[in-house]
Amino acid sequence: MEKIMKGFPLSHVIGFVFSLILTFGAAGIALKTDLSFKVIMWIIGSLAIMQAGIQLFMFMHLREGEDGKTNVLNILYGVFMAVVIVAGSIWVLSSGHAH
Amino acid sequence: MMGIKWNELLITGDPLILGSQIAILLTMIGIVGGITYLKKWRWLWSEWLTTVDHKRIGIMYIIAAVLMFFRGGIDGLMMKAQTARPEMEFLNAQHYNEVFTTHGVIMILFMAMPLLIGIMNVIIPLQIGARDVAFPQLNALSFWLFFSGAMLFNISFVIGGSPDAGWTSYFPLAGKEFSPSIANNYYAIALQIAGIGTLISGINFVVTILKMRTKGMTLMKMPMFTWTSFIASVIIVAAFPILTVALALMTTDRLYGTHFFTVSGGGMDMLWANLFWLWGHPEVYILILPAFGIYSEIFATFSRKSLFGYKSMIFSIVAIAILSMVVWVHHFYTMGSGPAVNSIFSITTMAIAVPTGIKIFNWLFTMRKGRIKMTTPMLWALAFIPCFIIGGVTGVMLGMGAADFQYHNTLFLVAHFHYTIIPGVVFAVFAALYYWWPKMFGFMLNEKIGKWHFWLFVIGFNVTFMPMFFLGLDGAVRRSYTYSVESGFAPLFLLSAIGSAVLALGFAAFCYNIYWSARYADRNISSDPWDARTLEWSTASPVQFYNFAKQPEVTTLDPFWHMKKKNEGLTLKDSEIEEIHMPSNSGLPIFMGAVFSVAGFFLVFEWHIAAVVAAVGIIAGLIIRSFDYDEGYHVKKDEIKKIESTWRNVEGEVHNDVS
Repeated sequence: MEKIMKGFPLSHVIGFVFSLILTFGAAGIALKTDLSFKVIMWIIGSLAIMQAGIQLFMFMHLREGEDGKTNVLNILYGVFMAVVIVAGSIWVLSSGHAH
Repeated sequence: MMGIKWNELLITGDPLILGSQIAILLTMIGIVGGITYLKKWRWLWSEWLTTVDHKRIGIMYIIAAVLMFFRGGIDGLMMKAQTARPEMEFLNAQHYNEVFTTHGVIMILFMAMPLLIGIMNVIIPLQIGARDVAFPQLNALSFWLFFSGAMLFNISFVIGGSPDAGWTSYFPLAGKEFSPSIANNYYAIALQIAGIGTLISGINFVVTILKMRTKGMTLMKMPMFTWTSFIASVIIVAAFPILTVALALMTTDRLYGTHFFTVSGGGMDMLWANLFWLWGHPEVYILILPAFGIYSEIFATFSRKSLFGYKSMIFSIVAIAILSMVVWVHHFYTMGSGPAVNSIFSITTMAIAVPTGIKIFNWLFTMRKGRIKMTTPMLWALAFIPCFIIGGVTGVMLGMGAADFQYHNTLFLVAHFHYTIIPGVVFAVFAALYYWWPKMFGFMLNEKIGKWHFWLFVIGFNVTFMPMFFLGLDGAVRRSYTYSVESGFAPLFLLSAIGSAVLALGFAAFCYNIYWSARYADRNISSDPWDARTLEWSTASPVQFYNFAKQPEVTTLDPFWHMKKKNEGLTLKDSEIEEIHMPSNSGLPIFMGAVFSVAGFFLVFEWHIAAVVAAVGIIAGLIIRSFDYDEGYHVKKDEIKKIESTWRNVEGEVHNDVS
């Protein structure tokens, strides 16, 4: 924590720039292109996930403090669970002749 | 008023159920009369019902779970009696459906789970050198919510009707369309209440183990039972919310006409099976992991060696925890998810056998060249290995998607999961009770009766379930209330029924052992009668309410073993005694349990206004808790000195029951 407070807040600036790029990028793709609805949803969905990652690492101090490693592990575990439950269910229920 | 149909309340017309109703009434009158006659109400209230002591909460879990074991066992015996001969007319089809449903739910959720959580409650804080769990009052709430859910589920068969759609309660059968009576509401609501309790327990143990360990006990110096309970708690926190959501959707489907799982109206009945097993499969590992921990402690203690392959054990349980989340489809290969899904889940399922195999070999190597003591706990642990391997190998057979089409829905499957859960959990719990009984109550269970218990139970278990493998391979389907003479099933079914009677005798021997030992067992035992290795044995038996006068400092694995070897840290100087801060008792958890029961009961009967009124009590409880500023109390030095002198003096002149 202290180390970062003293120097130039480089990671914050990089994070801020990336957030701006991702936000305007998403808005541009949604409003200014002729891509199909499905493609737009996929692109802005992916951008949103990148955005969330940047927020977590650059601004929410995920890795800092004594619990840094634990926090990262918890987030990874949460993501794993969410992917298994949501993507897994969709895959299982929509494949074969089950649906 | 409020749409209450009084004439539907009590189940009438069945002599078996009438008998139960009378028995329940008489038992209740007997209990209330007995406590009043002995003037024990105040003692019961202040020492047990309002306690926040983890050891007493653990003991209450164990008592409740043993009662549930009895109830679930009676259900099992009724099924065995009904199928003992072809075309028996002891139970009709409907009654049989109800009995196998309650047998499954009670044995998994109200017997196996609370027994393990009870043992975890008693032992984990002691093993990590702590004075209580992280959130003592929340711990009491967990117990009372479990108890509330269990009681609500248990009254179903006399009031309102028993759930009858199997312990899995698959839709569309469990939906309003095909099960219009209120009976299946009990399933949705009682499990929800108990599930909240379990979820809270999981969080409590995760925090306890991460934050409350005594000085020097790093994660890699924790006893194996604490490790496995920790991982099981992590799985609880991950998996139980899935059950919560699934049951909530089931409740709204049944009570408020939504269409999450219905066949018509855009619902998807298979989504229930999917969500149920997304929780249900991790659930079986929540059961098995603490049991593996129990065996690890027992193998190490009675081989008089430290556990072989400690690190690979931890690697294995973490691998099991991750794999347990990605195998759920093997419970419904035949629903038609297609070859890609079935193949992937066959592979993940079989992969679980690898870390489990590592554990089995570690236990065998722990015993190698050990000076093995054949005590009752050790016998259970030894019997576990071959029995569980039969369960595991048949599990791999069932786990192959293509082969499963042959085995599924037969008694082969039923035999398989009884061969995993009974050696995996029930043997473990018996082993744990024999092993830790002196820590809980200050006397040991009788070894001789214990061996009768062991042999009757293990032989009975094998005679009951081994024939079911062959019945299943011959085509006997599960959940069928009868079969014809021509089927040729009769001899094996009869053998199985005889086995179940032996199994019941084993359980009776256990109950007799508790009675005999409580009356006649020697009270003058040492605080460490098994010559054990972990910290729970370094304090008094039964454990004093503050656990440790001075929290021990740990430098190695098996800390107590090394303390004894080096003769360090075993004594207590007066100057080392400091005041101890303890939490106060609280009546709020039992109050919450009561209002949850009442609100749940109204909701089961779909008396919505009454349920809302009762739910106000839940909100009131939460508000009262928010304004509760009780900081607990301090135990004075003199009192600690007095308590410590009662057990520390007798050391040296103790005699040992086991030799």
